Amino acid sequence: MTDALYELTIHEIHDLLRSKQVSAREVAESFIRRIEEVDSRVRAFITTTPEHALKQAEAVDEVLSRGDLLANPLVGIPVAIKDNMCTRGILTTCASKILYNYKPIYDATVVERLNESRAILVGKTNLDEFAMGSSTENSGFFVTRNPWNLDTVPGGSSGGSAAAVAANECAFALGSDTGGSIRQPASFCGVVGMKPTYGRVSRYGLVAFASSLDQIGPITKDVTDCAIVLNAICGKDPRDSTSLDVPVPDFTQSLRADVKGLKIGVPKEFFGFGTDPEVEDAVRSAVDLLVELGAHAEETSMPSVEYGLAVYYIIAPAECSSNLARYDGVRYGLRVAPDSGTVTRQTREAKSSIVSMFEKTREQGFGAEVKQRIMIGTYALSAGYYDAYYLKAQKVRTLLRRDFDKAFEKFDVLITPTSPTVAFGIGERADDPYAMKLADICTIPANLAGIPGISVPCGFKEELPIGLQIMARGLDEETLIRVAFTYEQHTEHHRKRPPL
Amino acid sequence: MAEYEPIIGMEVHVELQTRSKMFCSCEVAFGGEPNTRCCPVCLGLPGSLPVINEKAVEYMARAALALNCTILPQCIFHRKNYYYPDLPKNYQISQYDYPLGVNGWVEILAGGRSKKIAIRRVHMEEDTGKLLHVSGNRSYVDYNRSGVPLMEIVTQNPPPEGLDQIESAEEAREYLQRLRQILLYLGVSDVKMEEGSMRCEPNVSVRPKGQSEFGVKTEIKNLNSFRAVYLGVDYEIKRQIRVLEQGGKVVQETRRWDDERGVTVPMRSKEFEQEYRYFPDPDLVPLRFTEEWIEKLRSELPELPLAKLKRFMSDYGLAQADAEVLIDSPDLAEFYDACAVGYKDPKAVANWITTELLRLLNATGKKLNETKLTPTHLCGLLELVDGGTINRNTAKAVFEEMFTTGKTAPEIVRQKGLEQVSDEAAIESVVNRVLDANPNEVKRYRAGEIKLLSWFVGQVMRETKGKANPATVNKLLREKLES
Repeated sequence: MTDALYELTIHEIHDLLRSKQVSAREVAESFIRRIEEVDSRVRAFITTTPEHALKQAEAVDEVLSRGDLLANPLVGIPVAIKDNMCTRGILTTCASKILYNYKPIYDATVVERLNESRAILVGKTNLDEFAMGSSTENSGFFVTRNPWNLDTVPGGSSGGSAAAVAANECAFALGSDTGGSIRQPASFCGVVGMKPTYGRVSRYGLVAFASSLDQIGPITKDVTDCAIVLNAICGKDPRDSTSLDVPVPDFTQSLRADVKGLKIGVPKEFFGFGTDPEVEDAVRSAVDLLVELGAHAEETSMPSVEYGLAVYYIIAPAECSSNLARYDGVRYGLRVAPDSGTVTRQTREAKSSIVSMFEKTREQGFGAEVKQRIMIGTYALSAGYYDAYYLKAQKVRTLLRRDFDKAFEKFDVLITPTSPTVAFGIGERADDPYAMKLADICTIPANLAGIPGISVPCGFKEELPIGLQIMARGLDEETLIRVAFTYEQHTEHHRKRPPL
Repeated sequence: MAEYEPIIGMEVHVELQTRSKMFCSCEVAFGGEPNTRCCPVCLGLPGSLPVINEKAVEYMARAALALNCTILPQCIFHRKNYYYPDLPKNYQISQYDYPLGVNGWVEILAGGRSKKIAIRRVHMEEDTGKLLHVSGNRSYVDYNRSGVPLMEIVTQNPPPEGLDQIESAEEAREYLQRLRQILLYLGVSDVKMEEGSMRCEPNVSVRPKGQSEFGVKTEIKNLNSFRAVYLGVDYEIKRQIRVLEQGGKVVQETRRWDDERGVTVPMRSKEFEQEYRYFPDPDLVPLRFTEEWIEKLRSELPELPLAKLKRFMSDYGLAQADAEVLIDSPDLAEFYDACAVGYKDPKAVANWITTELLRLLNATGKKLNETKLTPTHLCGLLELVDGGTINRNTAKAVFEEMFTTGKTAPEIVRQKGLEQVSDEAAIESVVNRVLDANPNEVKRYRAGEIKLLSWFVGQVMRETKGKANPATVNKLLREKLES
């Protein structure tokens, strides 16, 4: 029995803990063994924390032995956290050499909330460096493999988190999504991933990539678990001015198989980016199924969507160029000594030696993709180019938001592919940055508009999962959960696990 | 030879005296062990986020209103991007095209003439840390100051219609002093130039009289006192005129004031505009102010120093020099105001404050609010003098006693038996005793050495422990010596 615990969902493990059929320690041990068994092949984790996990699990068991603490469904549940969220005293590298040794002195708000829920941290997962990328190949340390086919990528940037969930190395994981970094890897790895509305989840302690787009969300084995995790992590945080002060509903109340009268829009532009025919078929079949169950579907058009990628690649690099300026070797992380010969006693020359330290540290600490984005962003914000690039991009972003507002006047949800294709081969798109960025073309618009989106498994192409993206109005995660849950109740895709 | 006129622009930074920093809850204080008042936010640690200190915004809005600025309905924080080790995020949260206040002015009295110096903007930002250079090619950074709320106040040249610009070193100093007084009155900062809570970077240019374009300007740094501001600006004006008169060109640059040598020296050239890549900080949401909020703040503004100065002069008949001394600190002004209302002769009480009280404050190093003296005490003392209960010399001693113990004048006089003796019979017996004991002096006086009178007075006062009514003593001595 306990050997297969790692295969279970949050709600299944919760039931076993509550009926005292297993202890939290047994659960933690099962996942720790599973990581030992498969992670040398998957390589989802930058850091594993088995001792920490066992200590947390024992503390849970002790509390459980004294009385019932199981009102919270995350008690004793093993979680993996993307390595760009701060964990006090535990390495938080952002998969960057520049933070190779960085141990935060505080917990991110989401980590605090998971700790309060008494979830068990089993490790920190790999990502594209500073969450910049779509395949986890941009990690400064190593490439994570897709558990369905170890020669393909897990997607990115939350590739480690999605792979860890798919490979049963944790019961659920947290990812962050700036342009699709939760949904796209969830799609590639055949799991459920949600990017909540911008402001639903506190960003405090999430190492910033593009502050106006970043949002933390859950990666889970099914929609029920997604609702459970959302309940734990959503809500206003006084430490994040952009977090929204709105009531948080009990998302598990939306786990109802009912789409009668639901209005679905299918925007044709999302199928136009070299979408794989099998992906399009799977998505359209999913829409057909929902229609059979009582929903109405209609094709629609959102013309501004085609500018999404262009807008994103101005705004995100612009913000990142400023957000990543702090990595300079002065206070923490990597420090590379200045070129010898520049250090002298004169003030002016001493300054040039600090500049040399900045330059050497950043030159050796950042990878190629990060440097490219910093340069693009620096350029876009420069005097004389600001209006033409950054300001123009912000205006187009407003147009895109309006397109969504208009669509949601008519439809309750929009359904699209999560990504135009299934997982591609490792190295296959490494030399073709445009092809690489196309992987995010369907997910970026939701970030630009700040609306929630979820990816759920909706089929396979040659044993590789296909993802269905559902988007809803800002703050209407409840409808997303209801629609995704309804679809899941009538399909089996989410039950399949990779043959590791 | 052409005559030149100087034009001075002022950029002033003021640290606010809020309890906590601009974007986190760390304590604001001067000095202390390095890096003991910091947190993930003001250290710019990865993942940390700023949260606006509403009290700091309120303080700065009050200042903007007191400087006659318009508060814009929307106020946005921008990031100012540049690399420096004292700047933990390598960007400073500041303001750009939506500052807190615009289009204000500060009134100054330049040689008795009123000038309204135009202010272009008042904006909010966070302070940087401090670099500590030690020998051996090492530098350390102290981030205690990092994130302290900072207000930037910039003058406008040329000024709009109806307003003025700063045109001399005296005016530059006067502008700064008025600004300091205003901020002191508002209680938003301790505005100490020597501790750096008020920092000033003037820029100076000169042009031939009658020319409308500005000359090339230089910026002066390292001015740590009002005196240095005056001397530095004055030096720079004269230096530029000398350069131009010798057919040279003024170079656009930043110059450092060398206080010991009394000169400005080049620091760095400013040929290229710094590229700060300003953009709205996505971690903060724009502030919006309601008309009610602004009006509430406006209605709560105290009487400002220059208004007080004018009132003291017109209502209490004070000379400007005396009034300036009294208004220089809000505490003293308030104290005087209460005395002037509670006592019949406002000028006399002003005199007591500017001489006796300030002398005692200086001697003890105390602030007014640290003493036990109240306006009622002082008025009570003056009334005792007026009523003849004590004489002026005794009054000074009583005043010192009041200053330290907080007892009232009548209390002290009663306890120490200091009542003035005006009873002629009592004084006469002392006078007789003194005359009998000093026959030689009596002889000399009568021989024409009349300046000995004050010596006799002194003897009588000593015998009576200073309590004898001086007028009576004088009268009796004269009568007896000249009879």
